Amino acid sequence: MSDALTTVAVAMFAGAVRVSTPFLFVSLGEALTEKSGRINLGLEGTLVFGAMSAYAVSYLSGSPWTGVLAAGLAGSVFGMAHGFFCRLPKVSDIAIGIALMLFGTGLAFFFGKGFIQPTAPRLQAIDFGFLTSDPQLKVALQINPLFFIGLALAVVLWWALANTRFGLIVRMTGDSAATAKAMGVSVDLVRFVATTIGGFLAGVGGAFLSLYYPGSWNEGLSSGQGLMAVALVIFSRWNPLMCVAAALLFGAAGALGPALQSVGISQGYHFFNAAPHILTLAILIASSSSKRSLKGAPGELSITK
Amino acid sequence: MSETGGRAIGVETVGMTKIFGSLVALEDVSIRVRPGTLHALLGENGAGKSTLVKCMMGFYQPTRGEMLVDGQEAAIRNPREASDAKLGMVYQHFTLVPSLTAAENLVVSRPDCPAVIDWAHEILALEDFMARMPFRVPLATPVANLSAGEKQKLEILKQLYLDRRFVVLDEPTSVLTPDEADEMLSLLKGMTQRGELTILMITHKFREVTAYADEVSILRRGRLVGGGLVGEMTTDEMARAMIGDTAIRERAARLEHGQTSVVLDLSAVYASDDDGLPAVTSVDLKVHAGEIVGIAGVSGNGQSELIEVLSGQRDLDDGRILVRGQGFEPVRDQMDRLKVFSLQEEPLRNSAVPRMTVAENIALRTFDKPPITSLGWWLSPGPMRKKARELIDRYRVKTPSTEEPMENLSGGNVQRAVLARELSGDVDVLIVANPCFGLDFASVSEIRTQILEQRNRGAAVLLVSEDLDEILELADRVAVMSGGRITLQAPIGATDRTAIGHAMAGGH
Repeated sequence: MSDALTTVAVAMFAGAVRVSTPFLFVSLGEALTEKSGRINLGLEGTLVFGAMSAYAVSYLSGSPWTGVLAAGLAGSVFGMAHGFFCRLPKVSDIAIGIALMLFGTGLAFFFGKGFIQPTAPRLQAIDFGFLTSDPQLKVALQINPLFFIGLALAVVLWWALANTRFGLIVRMTGDSAATAKAMGVSVDLVRFVATTIGGFLAGVGGAFLSLYYPGSWNEGLSSGQGLMAVALVIFSRWNPLMCVAAALLFGAAGALGPALQSVGISQGYHFFNAAPHILTLAILIASSSSKRSLKGAPGELSITK
Repeated sequence: MSETGGRAIGVETVGMTKIFGSLVALEDVSIRVRPGTLHALLGENGAGKSTLVKCMMGFYQPTRGEMLVDGQEAAIRNPREASDAKLGMVYQHFTLVPSLTAAENLVVSRPDCPAVIDWAHEILALEDFMARMPFRVPLATPVANLSAGEKQKLEILKQLYLDRRFVVLDEPTSVLTPDEADEMLSLLKGMTQRGELTILMITHKFREVTAYADEVSILRRGRLVGGGLVGEMTTDEMARAMIGDTAIRERAARLEHGQTSVVLDLSAVYASDDDGLPAVTSVDLKVHAGEIVGIAGVSGNGQSELIEVLSGQRDLDDGRILVRGQGFEPVRDQMDRLKVFSLQEEPLRNSAVPRMTVAENIALRTFDKPPITSLGWWLSPGPMRKKARELIDRYRVKTPSTEEPMENLSGGNVQRAVLARELSGDVDVLIVANPCFGLDFASVSEIRTQILEQRNRGAAVLLVSEDLDEILELADRVAVMSGGRITLQAPIGATDRTAIGHAMAGGH
């Protein structure tokens, strides 16, 4: 029994590391976008389109890292589109987000039809297996470099929000657009840039899906990670470091189903697979109250205003 | 008095005119603010004060007219050019970022803010700067946690930090207790006298003008109608220039009621603010029939939350509300049965549906009763409009028709329409919050008279106001709220401005 428990624990750890990466990228991007005062719900579409373009470019060029870059650039284009439409008068960022989500997924399916069959070169993991002799842990310690890039990005973003002019201006724009305007800051430009960077990161998150785990391109690739990342940003109170913790938690929850199955518990498999979604729901309920406003929320955010 | 050695700069406008579409907001205004003076800009709401200063600060482009800075013609096309010319403005609504600390707010406002901020160095520089200033604020606290007075000080410090030599202050004392206001104005006055700064202060408080300003300019309906050295003008002259020949309704006389019974009775009322923190703490208050109890206090000390509890917009955490000895829960049918009515602050937001018509808004309390409703469910617009027309006439609401969306009416007329709805019936309890905020003299006088008439008729009136003069004028008894508690309760004759001021600052 304790063997099974270890197996599940190790599998969940491996899952947390593996599954969390797309959550991490999308939520870091979304955290930056929301810090600037806009919410981009279209990241799900960006993620799927990023996954498709990464796979396609990796297949065509033979280099998975070129694929990652392509996914990021494709994501930036979606971010730019969001930023551009939202600066028009009386346009709701939420409606544009939903439109871009559907558009991104649709477009990815349209262009991705031809890439479902072929096998593209995938990203290689870094093997930390030498650290242990346990065979299960050896497998778990195959970690993708993107995970470490995500961790580094979280620290950089956290630092930059407090210690750079760019960071302060993003926070100012997100908290009080009137102040930013009074100081001659172009609110639309700041949000455009923040949304574009957010799109880039979401695209890279998508590349991880198609080029590493699960590691192929098909239409059922994303199970709503892009949308859950929005919940995750609220859960982490717009703090990039908390995003890491939240992404790991969501990753571990996502690995629960397969982990239990691997030790022979297949009862309630689908229920355990739904763990991240249930977690999303639980967190949103637990973290909101009808009586108090959300702590730490950027003042300009349309959902919390 | 030319202060060539001083840092303060003088600013002059010449024939400043601003036309928005068909509206002439500002017509041929020339004012001269000499360096090293504190110049007051007086005028009613809508007189063009903000339009004038916004033209000076580059927010608006004047239709005609020009500006002289230190005697030189200067084109100020946007706020950045204003700041280059060392002109700055402190807005009535704060322009600090709530989630940023005071230090972050100051550093990010600097045009030469470095791309990567060396906080150790910046904090030292800021502490050094603060040490030279007449007042200081904590640097490491997020602005959201500062008091209104500290925010106001930080706004002014920001102007000095940015090395502005001419600063416009828009109603700088509206969020301060009388003591804080006096302290701040005398410090600023000192700075102008030392030639460090020139100040143009928008205000409507004559007391501040006579006590602190050197010169005054008075605007009415977009025109400069008076001004000069403060020492050479009486407040009466200033008031007449401000109001002009507008007919002001004679205030109703105050009837003496003698001993009356308690109508509204709050005991140990507790409520929380939007962050779940205690906002109203153990408030006990009794309002008798035919009495106005005025709650004074600096905004943000729990008054809004108290009003929201009484009007059903916020949950009561603990305590009891009784009306004529019966438990009162602020829901529609109880308000109707116990005749509880209210005039809320910001009426367009709190007591009207902006996109519904004037007639519909006026019917909000009666639409489900005959004659508007028959058979319990059938609404007829005819009687609704008829009733609305009657009330529009009686309360002199200026509206093109009963079918005009409420949001198209001016502030004074929205308040009159709400007044018509709330006061036309039989009123036992009236809850009023900042009823005259942002209104012109004629409306203010009208609304205060109506409130007084309800009192004379025997209603129990609870009046919350940030305008101490309004409380001193209307209330029979005054209560002061500070930090969510009642810190003073006294009959109006038994207290004075100083005692109230101390209580507003939290003293007892």
